[in-house]
Amino acid sequence: MGCGATDPRRVGFVGRTVRQAAGAIGSGEIMKIAEPLKFRRGWMSPKNAARAMGVVGAAMVASAAWAGGVGLAEPGQIGFQQAVTPIAADIHWFHDDLLMPIITAISLFVLALLAYVIWKFNEKANPTPSKTTHNTLVEVAWTIIPVVVLVIIAIPSFRLLTDELVIPPADLTVKVTASQWHWAYEYPKDQAGGFSFESYMKPENEIKPENGDVRLLSVDNEAVVPVNKTVVLQITAVDVIHSFIVQSFGVRVDAVPGRLNETWFKADREGVYYGQCSKICGKDHAFMPIVFRVVSEEKYQAWIADAKKKFAAAPSAVSVADAGTTEIRQ
Amino acid sequence: MATTSATHDHDEGHAHPTGWRRYLYSTNHKDIGTLYLIFAVIAGLIGSGLSGAMRMQLMYPDNHVFTVISGVLAGDSSADAAKNMYNVFITAHGVIMIFFLVMPALIGGFGNWFVPLMIGAPDMAFPRMNNISFWLLPASFLLLLTSMFVEGSPGMHGFGGGWVLYPPFSSTAGTPGPAMDFVILSLHLAGASSILGAINFITTIFNMRAPGMTMHRMPLFAWSVLVTAFLLVLALPVLAGAITMLLTDRNFHTTFFDPAGGGDPILFQHLFWFFGHPEVYILILPGFGIISQIVSTFSRKPVFGYLGMVYAMVAIGAVGFVVWAHHMYTVGLSLNTQRYFVFATMVIAVPTGVKVFSWIATMWGGSISLRTPMIWAIGFIFLFTVGGVTGVVLANAGVDRALHETYYVVAHFHYTMSLGAVFSIFAGFYYWFPKMTGYMYNEKLGNLHFWLLFIGVNLVFFPQHFLGLAGMPRRYIDYPDAYSLWNFWSSIGAYVAGLGTLVFLYLVYEAFAKKRVAGDNPWGVGATTLEWTLPSPPAFHSYETLPRITGADH
Repeated sequence: MGCGATDPRRVGFVGRTVRQAAGAIGSGEIMKIAEPLKFRRGWMSPKNAARAMGVVGAAMVASAAWAGGVGLAEPGQIGFQQAVTPIAADIHWFHDDLLMPIITAISLFVLALLAYVIWKFNEKANPTPSKTTHNTLVEVAWTIIPVVVLVIIAIPSFRLLTDELVIPPADLTVKVTASQWHWAYEYPKDQAGGFSFESYMKPENEIKPENGDVRLLSVDNEAVVPVNKTVVLQITAVDVIHSFIVQSFGVRVDAVPGRLNETWFKADREGVYYGQCSKICGKDHAFMPIVFRVVSEEKYQAWIADAKKKFAAAPSAVSVADAGTTEIRQ
Repeated sequence: MATTSATHDHDEGHAHPTGWRRYLYSTNHKDIGTLYLIFAVIAGLIGSGLSGAMRMQLMYPDNHVFTVISGVLAGDSSADAAKNMYNVFITAHGVIMIFFLVMPALIGGFGNWFVPLMIGAPDMAFPRMNNISFWLLPASFLLLLTSMFVEGSPGMHGFGGGWVLYPPFSSTAGTPGPAMDFVILSLHLAGASSILGAINFITTIFNMRAPGMTMHRMPLFAWSVLVTAFLLVLALPVLAGAITMLLTDRNFHTTFFDPAGGGDPILFQHLFWFFGHPEVYILILPGFGIISQIVSTFSRKPVFGYLGMVYAMVAIGAVGFVVWAHHMYTVGLSLNTQRYFVFATMVIAVPTGVKVFSWIATMWGGSISLRTPMIWAIGFIFLFTVGGVTGVVLANAGVDRALHETYYVVAHFHYTMSLGAVFSIFAGFYYWFPKMTGYMYNEKLGNLHFWLLFIGVNLVFFPQHFLGLAGMPRRYIDYPDAYSLWNFWSSIGAYVAGLGTLVFLYLVYEAFAKKRVAGDNPWGVGATTLEWTLPSPPAFHSYETLPRITGADH
């Protein structure tokens, strides 16, 4: 924790959070926290996982206390955030288990060749240079072999791409509208909703780590969706381009004024999953996070009932981009 | 003009303006090349300064460096002004490094200096156009710097939408103030400068090669500049069109990019990247050429697979025009569109691989002398490979979904640009410094510069792969505390690289102070191109009689 150690202010922050988180939740719940921290093989080695468990972001501990998945990065993390949808899991497999070994091998191969020629053919070891300037066999080989490698990559790549973009029938549709600098979520009437609400980042003075708040990530109103249901998101923006992303869902699509983009996810674990606006949109670009809380069906129904009352009074601030809207089925 | 006199015996004496006239009115390719190089160094220092400020800000989470910077530059140290100033910095950093460092150094600087020398031409085809090509650039640079100090977003200074200039943020919806108009005019001038320069190179290379200098005998650096010049001529007008449409959207109420009037913001992205993707090859191809010359010189072997190297560059240039939408996988492109761009993008890996392996094959069996330019070239080959393979990762739209607009992308393009293009600039600088100045640089300092920069930039950018995989978005002034570890080390790397840059400046000073005479050819038998047959520095007029090239084609 290089940087933490150099800055007492931040060490204090993490330390306090750990204590308060531990105090706020019962011992039974702590067991529950520990359990869901499963790491996929590959990038996140057991050693890193152990470190993550130790120092880790207490903030994460606190938010995980609520339920299953971990929807944000851990301190010092070097791999993807936890996958909680089949698409995210496929992305991780494709990257961690196929692409990473290939590109690591290529880089090390080039490094080894460079080291070898420097050692073997430096002017002391080899004072008389050869005159070779052509070798048809190797030239054909280093053209054909990369093609073969690319084909090996392309097959799962196209399958993954298709899975991402072909949207299955929705159990629930949520409309997401971005503007400078917050998100708004609209739950359609025919799916028991009929309300919309805005979601702003919690300012620093309202961050309560004991409640699971995370600086720069927590919002006042989270979007809530049921677990194991196909959620289709329709995404647009009212002023400038923003980009919607939740890492754990393997979802990213731009929010573009005048367009209605679509994407989908099916979260298989309850939890709180974070994302951050990913297209530069002005001064508060870094301060409009996205939060999805995935809950059980019962809790979802309870939330819907509450939300209907809570957001009924507030007139919808979402102005749907109407003129010239083109629906793009992603 | 007075030079209509038919006698040329007084060329040396009379066509030799001195003082400021020599440079302001210059029509001499070597003087203009020198101007380009000086300009690139100044712009590079400013651009690096901006990135230094960014890395200071990002060293810790919840850091407030930019309140100070914004207080000094904009007279406003509020949090909002600081956030805006950070965005202005990232934008200016990108534009400066691309348009005012890499392009002027590689194409304007080394291209002007060495393309005529290498092909045995007395000068560029259009010397006066060459003059205006250069002098448009300082004007363009001043417009860009001015934009940082006039209103952009309401109540804020400068344009902070990134070098990609996407509307509606760059249009009146996000940046109603004149800062954006300054950026547009700046890019118009820089674009005009590059188009004129490119026309000059194409004409020179096609028409002014010395007797016997066939296309297939031309040194690879000249080839790389030729391919680059074609990319410039084909790509830059598209940018000019796009930003002109943006200008009229902003000022004359057209709605090319405004959905309220039937326009589409995504149209701008298609136009921008139709320019922008060839642009990244514009930045790296002359570097490929320089690396080929250096690897061959210091291995004392001709380039391996010359024709393959030439046509790999041509192929990269051609395919580079049909892959642009891989920058746009997340905008809502259809499945088939994304499939095509995945496929086309991966194809580029093949000619790039041919180049990397041909460089290594050139060294294979050679008698390698590890002088400073060669060390930079070897560093380039490895780091460009690392940047290249992460490019293959990002080419896959399925994975790009997770990595787009994160620090992984920042790491990728800095490995190809900051560690690729910039390393090729330094390699070329050390290679040709004795030729351009007549003085030898200090080998020890050159080595120190290399190692400081190599360690520094790797420390800056390698951890950014981790940040990107863990989901840290780019263009963020502050980040969740979990990302602090690798940001800290990345910032440390920036300071090391900054130290390396100071060593570089001292090295230049030292070389001019010590005046170690380099001689015509300090590199020995491996340096076979024509510039090494001339004195160092070459005379004001390089070739009194044209050289005659004999020998077999490749």
